[in-house]
Amino acid sequence: MQEIQSLIGGFQVALSWFNLMLMLAGIILGVIIGVLPGLGGANGVAILLPLTFSMASQPGGTTSAIILLSCIYWGALFGGAITSILFNIPGEPWSVATTFDGYPLAQKGRPGAALTAAFTSSFVGALVAVLLITFMAPLVAKFALRFGPPEFFAVYLLTFCAFVGMSKGSPFKTIASMMLGFALAAVGTDTVTGQLRLTYGFMELLRGFDFLIAVIGLFGIGEILLTIEEGLEFKGAKAKLDMRVVLDTWKELPRYWLTSVRSSIVGCLMGIVPGGATPASFMSYGLAKKMSPDGPKFGTGMVEGVVAPETAAHAAGTSALLPMLTLGVPGSPTAAVLLGGLLIWGLQPGPLLFVEKPDFVWGLIASMYLGNIVGLIVVLTCVPLFAAILRVPFAIIAPVILVICAIGAYTVHSSMFDVWMMLVFGVMGYAFKKLDYPMAPLVLALVLGDSAENAFRQAMLGSQGDLRAFFSNALVGTITGLALLLLFWPLISKGLEIVRGRNGSNGQGA
Amino acid sequence: MDEARQEKAVGSLRLWEIVAALLFLAAGALVVYDSRRLGSTWGSDGPEAGYFPFYIGVIICIASVINLISALKPGAAGDKPFVTWEQLKMVLIVMVPYAVYVALIANPLYSLGIYEASVIFIAVFMRYLGKYTWLKIGAVSVGTVAAFFVMFEIWFKVPLPKGPIEALLGFQ
Repeated sequence: MQEIQSLIGGFQVALSWFNLMLMLAGIILGVIIGVLPGLGGANGVAILLPLTFSMASQPGGTTSAIILLSCIYWGALFGGAITSILFNIPGEPWSVATTFDGYPLAQKGRPGAALTAAFTSSFVGALVAVLLITFMAPLVAKFALRFGPPEFFAVYLLTFCAFVGMSKGSPFKTIASMMLGFALAAVGTDTVTGQLRLTYGFMELLRGFDFLIAVIGLFGIGEILLTIEEGLEFKGAKAKLDMRVVLDTWKELPRYWLTSVRSSIVGCLMGIVPGGATPASFMSYGLAKKMSPDGPKFGTGMVEGVVAPETAAHAAGTSALLPMLTLGVPGSPTAAVLLGGLLIWGLQPGPLLFVEKPDFVWGLIASMYLGNIVGLIVVLTCVPLFAAILRVPFAIIAPVILVICAIGAYTVHSSMFDVWMMLVFGVMGYAFKKLDYPMAPLVLALVLGDSAENAFRQAMLGSQGDLRAFFSNALVGTITGLALLLLFWPLISKGLEIVRGRNGSNGQGA
Repeated sequence: MDEARQEKAVGSLRLWEIVAALLFLAAGALVVYDSRRLGSTWGSDGPEAGYFPFYIGVIICIASVINLISALKPGAAGDKPFVTWEQLKMVLIVMVPYAVYVALIANPLYSLGIYEASVIFIAVFMRYLGKYTWLKIGAVSVGTVAAFFVMFEIWFKVPLPKGPIEALLGFQ
């Protein structure tokens, strides 16, 4: 069991006082970010990323930096549950399903039970996903060492086609938004020929568009504008969480072990696919509703209805890091920001990372175990404090968040122009949300644009411009075929529905 | 939605769907045009600089034309209001001061610095949306910004644009 040995090595890296302090700080910051309107995992990590530049430049500092940032992510995942349950405001898209039973439970006077169930099942989901990462990631990485440019491009293609296939809205809006991301990524100096692309004479565009600015604007400013549109008040249940409630709920939870297992599996499987966390939470809620004996009572405040989506969402959010580490393909916008962080610190995510930087990889994996334990303790003990943040009047919290976004945008490159760009992206984010254009594909395309283009060019060079390069052997052919299947999935499933349409109305499961 | 709210809507969802699709189409056209200029074919030593972006631009154009067509299709969903005047007013109340704030920091003539601009921005926001007393406003705005100053300039050593007050205090 080489993994166990590597993991023990990782714990030795992660278990320093400095790193434990960073974990605690990261979790607390993360929960605050998850609770605050307009700040979520993705833009929270994006804003704090520049603060790690000096930390990461010290020897061994990249591990500390990734521990800080990933713990912010875990914290934000936990924090999303707090707002969903107490305020009926899902902090992140994958917390939407948590509101279905979490908020009614809180209204019924059992907010403590709902919160305990949410946090505990989040923890369980994350734990299963981390176990998966521990044992699967080295295998995937080893396998991916054989990948050449065509295979990598096929993996990118699979990532982006999965977005189209799994999107709930219009697939053409997903495509438009994704391709806009690729186009924005192409702006600036071309890395191969050195030519200026798409700058149209604007010197400011020489460096191109930075995805961190896009994330801060799209998710931060856009989200705040939407919140403001709804009015300035938050109404929520009081949060009380004493030890007795926690223990009582824990006694109740083992009854739902089957739901937990099912949701963990759904979460892990969907999390590896990009954009999987949100469908995973809905799917696991739907499955639990269908299969549980209490199914008809779902939606009125059932503990099981909180367990299912939270387990799946957290499992998916965590396993999204598996393709990020092993292939360099992030599964969620936040994983994309973490990937961007690695690139800025001078690390190349992908299969070679496991060979060249084992300390970093295993330190990070070990920190996932520790971070989630720390996180569970922090959220269980400090819920009232975090809920109090949402009671700070909006007229105070909103300008402070807006100032934080501006500072965050400036610090990425110390560039004034970026602050303006963030503002533009903010308006864009607001319009995208209103018109149902998804933002995650744009961000992912912006992050991966250059790598995808390089893989494409190299593959084309290898085959002298023959597109058949992507079907030249069994491996690349399978990935490309899978990608195309996902791309046309909306059409295929519609076709299946028509075929089955007359036989019965059970076609929804397809 | 009741009719009173419909009347106050700023354009229907359909109208703005069309605008968005046209903007996407324009963006796609810009990408295609510049890629053609750079060369989007197979050069002597491999794919030219515009090879990849060209196809990206083409796909944007195709997708936005389809989005445009589906926006033009008549249907009840398109008649929903995009944003009501009330909502837009709230958004503008936040966006306009924020744009002024960004302009105070980032303009080619004279930068007030992020710290001074932030104090003013938080103060204005609290005064007009929260109706707080000047004492509270002063405490919150100056306190928050001072905390940021310590965090960025001293703790993490990430310099932000500074204005006249920091210069007086001897920070550069």
